[in-house]
Amino acid sequence: MKLLAERRRHPMALVVLLLVGLLLTGGAYAAFTGTSTANAEEYSASDVEEGEKLFVTNCATCHGMSGEGTENGPGLIGVGAAAVDFQVGTGRMPLQMMGPQAQVKQPQFSEEQTRQMAAYVASLGPGPAVPEDEYLDPSKGDAAAGGGLFRTNCAMCHNVVGAGGALTRGKYAPSLSGVSEKHLYEAMQTGPQNMPIFNDANLTPEQKRDVIAYIKEVTEETPPGGFSLGSLGPVSEGLFIWFFGLAGVIGITMWLSSRSK
Amino acid sequence: MTSKHLTAEAGSQLEQVNGHTNPGLPEHKPRVTDSSPLAERITERQIAGWFILSMIGTIGFIVSYFLFDSEPGTYNNLRLQNTAFGITATAALAGIGIGVILWARQLIPDAEVVESRHDIAGSEEDQAVAVEILNQAKEESGIARRPFLRNTLIAAVALAPLPAILVFRDLGPLPGDSLFKTLWGPGVRLCQDPGMVPEEDRYIRAEEVTIGSAFHVIPEKMHESEHPLDEKAKAAVLLMRVDPRELNTDPEKEDWGVDGIVAYSKICTHVGCPVALYEHQTHHLLCPCHQSTFDVTNHCAVIFGPAKRPLPQLPIAVDDEGYLVAQRDFPEPVGPTFWEINMRETSVE
Repeated sequence: MKLLAERRRHPMALVVLLLVGLLLTGGAYAAFTGTSTANAEEYSASDVEEGEKLFVTNCATCHGMSGEGTENGPGLIGVGAAAVDFQVGTGRMPLQMMGPQAQVKQPQFSEEQTRQMAAYVASLGPGPAVPEDEYLDPSKGDAAAGGGLFRTNCAMCHNVVGAGGALTRGKYAPSLSGVSEKHLYEAMQTGPQNMPIFNDANLTPEQKRDVIAYIKEVTEETPPGGFSLGSLGPVSEGLFIWFFGLAGVIGITMWLSSRSK
Repeated sequence: MTSKHLTAEAGSQLEQVNGHTNPGLPEHKPRVTDSSPLAERITERQIAGWFILSMIGTIGFIVSYFLFDSEPGTYNNLRLQNTAFGITATAALAGIGIGVILWARQLIPDAEVVESRHDIAGSEEDQAVAVEILNQAKEESGIARRPFLRNTLIAAVALAPLPAILVFRDLGPLPGDSLFKTLWGPGVRLCQDPGMVPEEDRYIRAEEVTIGSAFHVIPEKMHESEHPLDEKAKAAVLLMRVDPRELNTDPEKEDWGVDGIVAYSKICTHVGCPVALYEHQTHHLLCPCHQSTFDVTNHCAVIFGPAKRPLPQLPIAVDDEGYLVAQRDFPEPVGPTFWEINMRETSVE
């Protein structure tokens, strides 16, 4: 302590003090504003390198040699690792064929390869990262609050219990049944295809977790009323009663008025 | 008293009408149960079986009511209970129904019987008696001789429905100009719709609305109004940010958006469903009820479906603190057309 007290009037003391102060505030700022653009997952240089090789062979035809986009596919600079993890992890990319929208199919790449491609695309520009596990646990979310958010933000396209629905010109909102928590989060975060983006200001990570909790609750529980008939409401229920109910009524009427032997 | 119009035996009356012969009743064929005592006994037991099935169903219903009593908050038992209720109630009611029908079809005699139809008009004597009664009533009540009584009665009957006007008045008041106004006004901040009536407002900053985002928006202080949900039904807004280069902005509405952020009423101009199926690549807004499609890049002009008018745009701006605010209320009433009818008349003049 004596040493410090002696040197405190040294000309360099002010500079040292300023440096310490700046580092502290800067560090604290970085620590407290750990937003989604900060990479939750650390990618090594070799991940990026391997990812670039995979990208050039499998994606560059449509997305451009350095992800700048072509007339056949959008640019990927700034879409972040989350978008890659969603699109490749659900099998939507690479695209099987051109059409109104990318179809879900068996994923074409291993988890490791998906991670490497995500690392490469994340290195092109800052974007949403793969979500942290903390926000993917439905048991920590509030399904009731998530239900309110889901009905306001999601239900008009995805149906009130996530059964999916039709959009314009052959596009559709897919069913949310059986979609993993991570992919649900990433879809909200990145807005794949024509789905709007729900950034962290719109739905905070906690609210996204609530929405996931709601989706898991309604898609996994057994419907209390019996057969849900696809949860399509009056469409499938009406069709059922039209065919089977009406046929039953006609059958009974014919039996009533027939002559017995 | 027999009718003098009935001159022929029933069934033979319509012979040779329009060249067709009345085929009469078909020959009565005896049923198996009419001829065989064994078949009759078997049928009797079958019918009794249906009634017993009904009894089992009723008892089963009561049993399943207590058996599947579910814990509050769990649904699995509820599902079993509903299924059991359905099956047992079907057995209970259909058992009686089918048994009774079988009884009527198989055991009760089924030979056709002809009953002749009576004339609608009464006999002349009856008619004379009725006229006599009416005349007597007219004479005794003095309705023709006492016009004062008659007229006060008519007045009393005419006045009696008046209280109904008071009662039905309570269905009002008429909407007045409430369909023309919403909670939006100069400087009203845009708030996020949390899916219910919020206890506190969450304002939206312009920078939070990134390209491709869609925010569901309600006006601030909505929860302080008398009927918050009525206000929400009119004031609900969808906020989107589109790359400004993709927007075809009408020069007159140049300052209605903020750097590509645009706000439109969510109430469809067809029949008022919430239009919120936004596709952020095609910028189509689809109404889920009748597939009316609006083009966000062209001030929500209708490009498909039964809607006739574009969705009303809410002019927005940024206030001193960086929050999005409305410049004023919607330029026209939201929702289905009702006001245009008057507008059309004035424009013709």
